[in-house]
Amino acid sequence: MAVTEQQQQAFIGKHLAEAQVAVELQDEDMVLNIGPQHPATHGTLRVVVKLDGERVVAADPVIGYMHRGYEKLTEYRSYPQVTTLINRIDWLSSFANEVPFIHAGEQIMGIEAPPRAVYIRTVLTELSRIATFLLFLGEMGAQVGAITPVFYGFRDREYVLNLIEAATGGRFHPNFNRIGGLKDDVPAGWIAETRRMMDKVFESCDTFENLLEGNEIFLARTKGIGIIPGDVGKGYGVSGSNLRASGVDWDLRRDAPYLAYPEVDFKVWTHPGGDSWSRYWVRLQETREAARIVVDLLDRLPSGPVMAKVPRIIKVPPGESWVRVENPLGEMGYYVVSKGATGPFRVKIRSASFSNVSILPWLLKGVYVPDLITILASLYFILGDIDR
Amino acid sequence: MTAAASTLALEIPWGVLLGAKVMIILTLLPLTALILGYVFLMKMMAHMQSRLGPMDPGGFHGWFQLIGDGIKFIQKEDVMPADADRRVFALAPMIILISTFVVYAVIPAGPRLVVEDLEVGIFFALAVSSLSVIGVLMAGWASSNKFALLGALRAAGQLIAYELPLVLAVVGVIMQAGTMSLQGIVGAQANGEIFGWGAVGNPFVLTQAVGFVLFLAAAQAELTQTPFDMPVAESELVAGYQVEYTGFRWLFFQMSEYATAFALAGIAATLFLGGWYVPGVEGTAADVLGPLVLFAKIMAISFVIFWVRFTYPRFREDQLQAMAWKYLIPLSLLNILVTGILKVVF
Repeated sequence: MAVTEQQQQAFIGKHLAEAQVAVELQDEDMVLNIGPQHPATHGTLRVVVKLDGERVVAADPVIGYMHRGYEKLTEYRSYPQVTTLINRIDWLSSFANEVPFIHAGEQIMGIEAPPRAVYIRTVLTELSRIATFLLFLGEMGAQVGAITPVFYGFRDREYVLNLIEAATGGRFHPNFNRIGGLKDDVPAGWIAETRRMMDKVFESCDTFENLLEGNEIFLARTKGIGIIPGDVGKGYGVSGSNLRASGVDWDLRRDAPYLAYPEVDFKVWTHPGGDSWSRYWVRLQETREAARIVVDLLDRLPSGPVMAKVPRIIKVPPGESWVRVENPLGEMGYYVVSKGATGPFRVKIRSASFSNVSILPWLLKGVYVPDLITILASLYFILGDIDR
Repeated sequence: MTAAASTLALEIPWGVLLGAKVMIILTLLPLTALILGYVFLMKMMAHMQSRLGPMDPGGFHGWFQLIGDGIKFIQKEDVMPADADRRVFALAPMIILISTFVVYAVIPAGPRLVVEDLEVGIFFALAVSSLSVIGVLMAGWASSNKFALLGALRAAGQLIAYELPLVLAVVGVIMQAGTMSLQGIVGAQANGEIFGWGAVGNPFVLTQAVGFVLFLAAAQAELTQTPFDMPVAESELVAGYQVEYTGFRWLFFQMSEYATAFALAGIAATLFLGGWYVPGVEGTAADVLGPLVLFAKIMAISFVIFWVRFTYPRFREDQLQAMAWKYLIPLSLLNILVTGILKVVF
C-alpha cells in the first residue's frame, strides 16, 4: 500500500512535535561528549553523558573507534604470525597477551614447553604486569589532577621495559613466544640486572604510597567514589584487580593455575572497599607482589632448553581449546578452533577491559564529572583491549 | 624611571608621565610572566619531575624557550569557533589581562617607585583583580563550547567563593596597620615593633601568620592553580574556558595567569613580608634596593604557590566550596576578631 504524501507529512509532523516536547522537557540537562578525543579516556573511548549541572544523570560508553578486527585477521595468518597481532590488544602488557594464545595452540598440539621456558614466560608476564601497573599508579595521580606522579610512573616503568627489551628485543611488542617455548634464552647478566631492578620497583612502590596514600586531597577524591559491590561486579563480568578491590577473592593465577604459578607462593590481595581508592591500593600491592614473584622465580630458574621439539612448519591438528589467564587488566581468554591448517580456523578473544567498562552505565549514575574521570582512571582499561 | 619622573613631575606634562608609567607596566607585565613561567613552570616543575626541561633554546638552560613560544603564538592563525560570539570572544582575554595590569599600578617597589599610591590601595587592588572573573565568564560563554561553559561556571563559583577569604584575610592587616594605602602598610611594618623590639620592624607575617596562610590559600584559588584548578582541569574539561582559544589570545590567558600570580605574590609580599623595606636603608638607596628586595620576596612566595601546584591533586568542585565556606571564611572572621581584641588590649 502506497503512503500518500499527506500521511507522510502527518507522520513527520507528529514525530517532530514529540521531539520538540522531549527537547523542551529536558532542557535542564546537557548532553556532553567525553571523548573520543579527550585526555582522560587514554585512547578513543567515547562516553556520552547527560549532565544536570555537574551531576551525571546517565552515561553511555560508545566503543569501537579502535576496532581492528583481530579475531577475523587471525583466521588469515599462521600461528607464529598471530602473536604479532595479539601483542597489540592490550599494548601495555603485550607479553601477557601472547601467553594464553600460545598455550591454546600448545594444548591442541599436545606440546609442553620446557620448564625453563615456562619460568621465563612467568617472569616476563609478571614484568609486564609491573610495567602496566606502574603506569597506572602514576596515571591515576594525573587523572585526579596532580601533574607530577605521572612522570614518576613513566620513569619507573622504563626500568622494567628495558628489562623486557633486553630479553625479547622489543620494548612494547616482544613477539617472543613460540609454540613449544620461547624464541631465545635470556641474555647473560639479565637475571642479576632484573634482581637489581626489582629493588627499584619496590622503591617506587614506596614512593607512590607516600605521595598519594597520605595525601588528603587524593583520599578525598578517591575514597567512596565509584563503589562496585562484589556481586554487581561479578554480574557485569568485571575481573582482575577491579574485582579483587571489591572484596572478591578470585585470581586465576591461584584458582586455575597455569605457567609456573603453582610453584610460587604469593598472596592474592583484596580490599573490601570496592571504591576507586581500593582499586588503586590493590594494584599497588599487586605491583609489589609481582616483583616478589619475579625475584622468587629467578632464584629457582631451572636450566635446560627453552624450546621443545616442534616441527619446522607448525600445523595444528583439528581440535579446540579455551585458555584463560589473569592478565594485568583482568581475565583474558582465547578460544581457539583449529581445522588442521597452519593457522587457526576461528579465534574468540575474551578481553578484560571490554567487560570492565560494561559496568560504566551502572556505575556512573549520579556522580560528578570529576568523579567520572576518577572512576574511568581507576577502572584502568586499554582501548585496544576493549575494541580489539 | 618612575622615580625620576615623579621628582620632576612639575616639569613633565601630565600626559607624558602617564604614558611613561603605562609603558613601564606594559613591559613589566610580560616580563614578569616570562620570568615566572621560565623559572617555575619550565625549570622547577621539570626538576621536581626528574626531567631537565628545555635545555637548548638560547644556549643557557633554554632561557629563550618561552620567548620563542611567544613568537610562535603571535604567528599563529587567529581561529575563532563558527558559533562564537565574536566580539565577546575577542574581548575576554583583554579584560583578564587588564585586570592584572591595573593591579601592578598600586604595588609600591620603593618609597617613590609606585605608579599611583592610592589611599584605598589594597581595596583597589583586590577589587580590580576580581574583575578577571568577568573575562573568564565571557570566554566560557562566547566559546559556544560545553566544556568551556562548564569551566567558566566553575570559575565563577570558585572565584566568588574565594574572594571572601582573600579580602577577610587582608582585613587583619589593615586593622593592624591602620591604613589601606599600600605605602602606608609598608611604612607601618617598617616602623612597627613586636612587644617593644623593633630592630627589623614588624613584618605582619609574624603577627598575622593566620592571615598570611589564609591569604596564600585563597590566592591559590584565585589564580586557579592546582589544587584549585577546576576551571581549566585538563583531565576533566580538557582546558575549561580556554579550550577554544589559540594563538595570541591563548597567549594572553597564559600571560595573565603568570602575571596575576606575580601581582598577587607582590600584594602578599607587601602586606605580610614588609614589601620593599630594607632595614636601615632610606631615600634613593631604598629606591634602588627596594625593587630587588620586593622581587626576591615575590619569587619566594611564587615558589610556594607553584610548589603546591606541582605537588597536589585537584579538589572536587563541592569540596572546594566546602573548604571556602566551612574553614577559610570562619577562620578569617576569627582572625579579625582576635586581631581586634589584641589591638584594643595592646
